[in-house]
Amino acid sequence: MEWLGLFNYWVVVVLMMTGFYVVIAQGNLIKKIVGLNIFQTSVFIFYISLSKLEGGTAPIYVEGITAYSNPLPHVLILTAIVVGVALTAVGLALAVRIHEAYGSIEEDEIQAQDEEDARNT
Amino acid sequence: MLMGIFSLLAASLYVLLDAVDVALTEAAVGAGVSIILMLGALVLTTSEEKVHDAKHNLLALVVVLITGGALIYGTMDMPNFADPQAPAHQHVAPRYVQDSVDEIGIPNMVTSVLASYRGLDTLGEVLVIFSAGVAVLLLLGAGTYRRRPRPPRKRTK
Amino acid sequence: MSPHIVLRVGAKVLIPVILLFALYIQFHGEYSPGGGFQAGIIFAAALVLYTLIFGLDAVQRAVPPVAVHLLSAVGALLYIGVGVWAMFAGGNFLEYKVLAADPHLGETMGIILIELGVGITVGAVVISLFYSFAGRTREQEN
Repeated sequence: MEWLGLFNYWVVVVLMMTGFYVVIAQGNLIKKIVGLNIFQTSVFIFYISLSKLEGGTAPIYVEGITAYSNPLPHVLILTAIVVGVALTAVGLALAVRIHEAYGSIEEDEIQAQDEEDARNT
Repeated sequence: MLMGIFSLLAASLYVLLDAVDVALTEAAVGAGVSIILMLGALVLTTSEEKVHDAKHNLLALVVVLITGGALIYGTMDMPNFADPQAPAHQHVAPRYVQDSVDEIGIPNMVTSVLASYRGLDTLGEVLVIFSAGVAVLLLLGAGTYRRRPRPPRKRTK
Repeated sequence: MSPHIVLRVGAKVLIPVILLFALYIQFHGEYSPGGGFQAGIIFAAALVLYTLIFGLDAVQRAVPPVAVHLLSAVGALLYIGVGVWAMFAGGNFLEYKVLAADPHLGETMGIILIELGVGITVGAVVISLFYSFAGRTREQEN
């Protein structure tokens, strides 16, 4: 039963690999960004599960309680979520501009157009 | 839609893990903003996808399984879930938990670590968000004035 | 005018509550979960709801894009300004306890000011992201 204590890491690994698979197996740029989001969430869950303390409570001071979860990972992830959504927006904006320039957001079609351009010059 | 449910589940998980500030952020971001941005991008590009051959995906699956196996093997050395002796609870956390109320004078430790102990870090994050906003403005325009649609890209012969 | 009367009335009831909740999250962040990051996003979400129901032109009359772009810089400058103020008051950059005679008061004051800066920047940037995507969609439709 010792190994059940590692269950949270396994959840994180499964989520992370799901995101990783979407990023490398899909040719569609928007789907790649969704995959990156899943990957990102797995990292968030990893940090938050590290900060949990047996018998602890949320890190807001209350008279008479001494055990709190670790506030530092909460701070890091709190800012990372907001930075994550801003950077997702940058990625989506790049995808939109790529679609305007190439008429496609499929990786192989974009590469084919680039190679054709390179041959013609 | 699925992404919204995913965010909501993640937020519930954060509440269970005692990270109430993080849960509030995730709920606001996932339910309010990121879906709208995703839908906007889908409207601007295309919502249809090309069908891919299966061979490419098999290679990706093998890579993912090997990486995942290595990571699971790596977790064998990790401390157990919620173990009070874990290294993460030994170094700076006890000081934040014990002294921050006396030093800063506000009860929410997450806010005092965010704004005071790690104020420079948070300044960096704010500047990153600001730069991301500027980058999207440069890429997509401010959305205020109407321009003619761009002509398709000229091929250099 | 949009025919969806239930949506319009529902949004008119909800939006002030959402804005008020954002301000509560912003200024009660020292005692309960919350702070600038969450408040900015909730504030922006209220404007997104307004846009979805009343259209982009209506929301841009209420909150012009120029103001949004200015505010996103003002928030970051307010944050840096508090840091520089602490330097002039005789401390290090972002060392709030020199801002007032009582160190606790100084810390609390500094934290409230920089959380306000964070909230302004995050809210303005998220609204500006939304304007960019929505404005691009409108251009494509024309």
